[in-house]
Amino acid sequence: MTGEPLLTARGLVKRYGRVTALDNADFDLMPNEILAVIGDNGAGKSTLIKAISGAITPDEGTIKLMGQDVRFTSPLEARAAGIETVYQNLALSPALSIADNMFLGREIRKKGPLGQWFRMLDRNAMRTVARQKLSELGLMTIQNIDQAVETLSGGQRQGVAVARAAAFGSRVVILDEPTAALGVKESRRVLELMLDVKRRGLPIVLISHNMPHVFEVADRIHIHRLGKRIAVVRPKEISMSDAVAIMTGAMKPPEHSLAA
Amino acid sequence: MSGAQEFEKVLDQSDTSVASFDHHSERTWIQSAQHYLHGNPAAVPLIVLILSIAGFGLIVGDKFFSAFSLTLILQQVAIVGIVGAAQTLVILTAGIDLSVGAIMVLSSVVMGKFVFHYGVPVPLAILCGLAVGTLCGFINGFLVARIKLPPFIVTLGTWQIFLAANFLYSANETVRAQDIEATAPLLQFFGSNFRIGTAVFTFGVIAMVLLVALLWYVLNHTAWGRHVYAIGDDPDAAELSGVRTERMLISVYTLSGLICALAGWALIGRIGSVSPTAGQFANIESITAVVIGGISLFGGRGSIMGMMFGALIVGVFSLGLRLVGTDPQWTYLLIGVLIIAAVAIDQWIRKVSK
Repeated sequence: MTGEPLLTARGLVKRYGRVTALDNADFDLMPNEILAVIGDNGAGKSTLIKAISGAITPDEGTIKLMGQDVRFTSPLEARAAGIETVYQNLALSPALSIADNMFLGREIRKKGPLGQWFRMLDRNAMRTVARQKLSELGLMTIQNIDQAVETLSGGQRQGVAVARAAAFGSRVVILDEPTAALGVKESRRVLELMLDVKRRGLPIVLISHNMPHVFEVADRIHIHRLGKRIAVVRPKEISMSDAVAIMTGAMKPPEHSLAA
Repeated sequence: MSGAQEFEKVLDQSDTSVASFDHHSERTWIQSAQHYLHGNPAAVPLIVLILSIAGFGLIVGDKFFSAFSLTLILQQVAIVGIVGAAQTLVILTAGIDLSVGAIMVLSSVVMGKFVFHYGVPVPLAILCGLAVGTLCGFINGFLVARIKLPPFIVTLGTWQIFLAANFLYSANETVRAQDIEATAPLLQFFGSNFRIGTAVFTFGVIAMVLLVALLWYVLNHTAWGRHVYAIGDDPDAAELSGVRTERMLISVYTLSGLICALAGWALIGRIGSVSPTAGQFANIESITAVVIGGISLFGGRGSIMGMMFGALIVGVFSLGLRLVGTDPQWTYLLIGVLIIAAVAIDQWIRKVSK
């Protein structure tokens, strides 16, 4: 991986009362890579991701996006900066349609007086874009974009959520446990979807407990332990069991592993 | 399929139709009905409404099935319909507003008091009444969204507070209809009517229909409306998707308060006088209309049209059974049955996803 990192974080600290969730954590995301973040439960990886996606504001430390200092106080701000997150619970509204969900919080209004004065939504434009984005990712054969999300299967919902992130994320897509709730076939589909997104030039941050999936798609693996990054490894240069051993503290991280 | 895991190799031979969207061919007609109702939540109350009008038309005959009687039903449900519109907004966000009736009466009392006690010009007094209702709604919204108290508890409390404020402020005095007619006829505006043949329409009825139509548009064709549904559906998901839930909830309760104040103005037209004891059951009646109208009490589902049909169903049963000459308790009994049936149907429609 060459070039400047796209997204960096230095010395992030986040405390919840007497618990330190982030203890001087660093983070680097290169352009056009899939970076996996692994860590044991309670290692602070979800706090790290929340800090990057704007869901929490760190107590200390800096975050830089393309060399510029950024400070997010809400997910909306991170989104405006081009960082899209697919949360584990997907953040979809079950009773709303696929198109409505894709545009939730960033609806397109009709042009002219209808949109300006009557605030009328441009349903057709939203449907068209939604359909286009879903098929761009080779996602599914859509028959009814107005179908309520709750009538979809788990994999299809994941597909809609990933498509939404890929459609609107201009710089980074963060996926939190995207395959945790899925079956074998559906997981495979989501992994291919991730590679598709990467091929389109968007870097992905993947948080996952599923080591085979991580080792299959990730270019680099960020190992989080006790609130900080203790190693960055390449899946080709390390075995799964060693990565798990580092993650759980059973093994010391290799020398110069942070430079990987 | 590049780089698949060893155990996934067999997937090559497996069914590849992973994520197709529809399975129309396999549906029975019951499933089709369920899907249709899922997409058109106002259909059930509309069907019930048409059947009940037809039923009473057959049993009672012309006395019921006349333009005069049918428009009389409209007049009788106008107030509940307007308050029900406010209730719909709140219930769609998975909340409930028990204080709607109290806000309505308090607002009407403010309008009357400002005109007859302080000598404020009538249009200004009406504006003050609307402002008081809006403020009451804002208080509800602030307590629900900011202080994060459950809507049921908040409005149970403000119901008592607004009602007591209403009695204290009015000193339990009624402003007589004749006085209003003589000095401030604008207060009775929504009670004035016009006739088309034997059909009688009050402006209160027109107001209800226009309000429901307007809110239907807002709920279905603006971002604000979609966000109301999204919040009722799953507030966390809505927040993470970029909906400002706190601000939205405050705006919903505030608008609900304004609509209740409008109902307060219409109430003066309906009963002629300004009475602090009027509209005592508006909260329960509005919730009844909402539930019979197929709007889910758990939020996020239903159409405001359904609420209006729900209110009309209650009106049709009340008048129809009165014309049949039964004990009025039968009306309540049947409405009770309708409420339970409506919620049962709602639960069934929700299962469409499984």
